[in-house]
Amino acid sequence: MTEPDLVIALDLDCRGMNCPLPILKTKKAITGLATGDVLRVVSTDPGSIADMAAFSRRTGNEIIEQSEGAGEYTFLFRKG
Amino acid sequence: MNNGDRPKRMALIASKGTLDWAYPPFILASTAVALDMEVAIFFTFYGLPLLMKDLKASVSPHANPAMPMKMPFGPEGLRDFNWPVPNLISGNVPGFDSMATSLMKQTFKKKGVATIEELREISIESGARLIGCQMTMDVFGFEKEQFIDGVEIGGAATFLEYAADSDISLFI
Repeated sequence: MTEPDLVIALDLDCRGMNCPLPILKTKKAITGLATGDVLRVVSTDPGSIADMAAFSRRTGNEIIEQSEGAGEYTFLFRKG
Repeated sequence: MNNGDRPKRMALIASKGTLDWAYPPFILASTAVALDMEVAIFFTFYGLPLLMKDLKASVSPHANPAMPMKMPFGPEGLRDFNWPVPNLISGNVPGFDSMATSLMKQTFKKKGVATIEELREISIESGARLIGCQMTMDVFGFEKEQFIDGVEIGGAATFLEYAADSDISLFI
């Protein structure tokens, strides 16, 4: 569950997109945020699970929460 | 995070210009930049036309025996069917390659895959270096004006100087 006081700075819809678009869009979105801001990404690409984790490790933007359901994958990134 | 004092680096050689083989260098380049890496792609031989303003990459099933030949539309059962196209047809029927190219583009679009033009644009925007091979330009008769903006021209030494300090080097 999302913490009640968690503020989502930006929502990104990557549903229907295939590799590598969700990563490219996530990068672009997170670049425009301030350090500490939270970005929520929703995708339908099952490859996102591994790829978003790799993106997080390489770029230092932490995944603070992730969930999946109904063929959708949701990631909350905190900009590092 | 970056290890050490400089970002990770990737050096690619793009040597093939068909629609299918145009994808790997641009997918890897755009993604590497998104992962805070530095990237240079050296376009040589048949990969050089991928730098053209008017990108005309196509695909030939005749030259790719393992390529699945599937219809991007129609009933589910038919879409999953892999059509056995004899060489006599794929190699001799006029327009077969342009049909296959169109089908591949439709399938990619339907599956949410970016176009080559989009990935190329993102690669350039995000700072990947695109280097065109001077020798290939001379041999096949290309002018720098035919290429998109931002392309550098160089040779083997230009690529190797960059690749010598790279963490990833791939020949595609």
